[in-house]
Amino acid sequence: MSSQSCVTIHKEWDIVAARQMGREIAKQLGFGTVDQARITTAISELARNIYLYAGEGKVYFEVIESLDKKGITIVATDTGPGIKDLSLVMEDGYTTSGGLGAGLPGVRRLMDEFDIESETGKGTKIVTTKWVR
Amino acid sequence: MMNKDLRSIAIENSDEITQEWLKEINQLKSVNYTEEISAELYDNNNQEFLNVIFHSIRGNGSTKVIKDFSDRIIQLGWPLSYITDGLLVFRKVTVNTILTKLEQSDGGFVSEIISSVDSWVEPIIRQLVNEYSVSWEQVVSLQRIALQELSAPLIPVMDNITIMPLIGTIDTERAKFIMENLLEGVMRHNAEVVLIDITGVPVVDTMVAHHLFQATEAVRLLGASCILVGIRPEIAQTIVNLGINFSNLPTKSTLKKGFMLALEITNKSIIEMDNKSQNMDDLLGFGKGSEITNENSNLKTT
Repeated sequence: MSSQSCVTIHKEWDIVAARQMGREIAKQLGFGTVDQARITTAISELARNIYLYAGEGKVYFEVIESLDKKGITIVATDTGPGIKDLSLVMEDGYTTSGGLGAGLPGVRRLMDEFDIESETGKGTKIVTTKWVR
Repeated sequence: MMNKDLRSIAIENSDEITQEWLKEINQLKSVNYTEEISAELYDNNNQEFLNVIFHSIRGNGSTKVIKDFSDRIIQLGWPLSYITDGLLVFRKVTVNTILTKLEQSDGGFVSEIISSVDSWVEPIIRQLVNEYSVSWEQVVSLQRIALQELSAPLIPVMDNITIMPLIGTIDTERAKFIMENLLEGVMRHNAEVVLIDITGVPVVDTMVAHHLFQATEAVRLLGASCILVGIRPEIAQTIVNLGINFSNLPTKSTLKKGFMLALEITNKSIIEMDNKSQNMDDLLGFGKGSEITNENSNLKTT
């Protein structure tokens, strides 16, 4: 069983809307407060990347409920400029905006599964999942 | 002059239009509007809405009545869809009524009826929708000002020690405010130590951390130091997972611990006083009157 909800990222405050929705879903799924904070922070990073680098995009939430496990999948997609060197952005400390450069590698550490696809000029899609323990 | 004629048909048959309109609008009630609106209130409001519409048609679009009506229903929190639905239904019902009264089905004539009914209804829709959106915009701009006022308060608690409690989401605009208030406050209050309390900040991501680093670095350049307090356990874990290095910024879990550290830095300490004979009223300055009242209050408490 799975259900989906979506937030369009366009303004800075949409980031807040996305993470509030994510936190609510995580809470309902039975994640503890620490995992809720992890998921919320991951959403914040992904949504902010869309806002900063692509300008516009979407964040989807998928609830996964199978017999043996439950979890939340966050899908962040945009049709922005894309990422040239994926291995570089996954390195700690790499930044093009003067930030801390901990965003994407941080999200990978905050979540259980992490997958990124990007094509220059076409956009980026990040799929990441956290399981309820 | 055709328009005038149609208008009088509509006004003459206002009872019939009213009946049809109420029938349709009552069907919409269950779909559109919340249960909390009582049936009686709904009926009253419908009647009033119809009066406003007919008044506008008779008066060739007088706006005063519409303004009064909209002010009241916005105040009461009626949904905008009530207005738009109501007028769309009114348009349909009125066109139908006029058509049956005239018993005519010539295509050009029908479109003329529709356009003239439209010309009565449209100004009402426009004005009501405008009143709503103006009211929303006002609320939003007032809230923005209120939020700005709350966004970065700086509280001098002692000589050289200042506290900045942060509550709520930090966005780019607010981060700028925090920086400005912080630096200005450090200068004005001659602060040696600033405690930044993030208990009320729901999410600390790389962007928030980055802004905090920048603010504390700027404070350091002014010769003061920052202590970050109010770090909740889940926030601490998230920060570690993100891989943010907070090691060059002194942190404490609570404001109390941070304040003790600040006292140490500024060479101050809290000494507990011995003499417990002084009662609370004296200390708070209520017992300034005669000695007799003081004794009386002593008697009561012992």
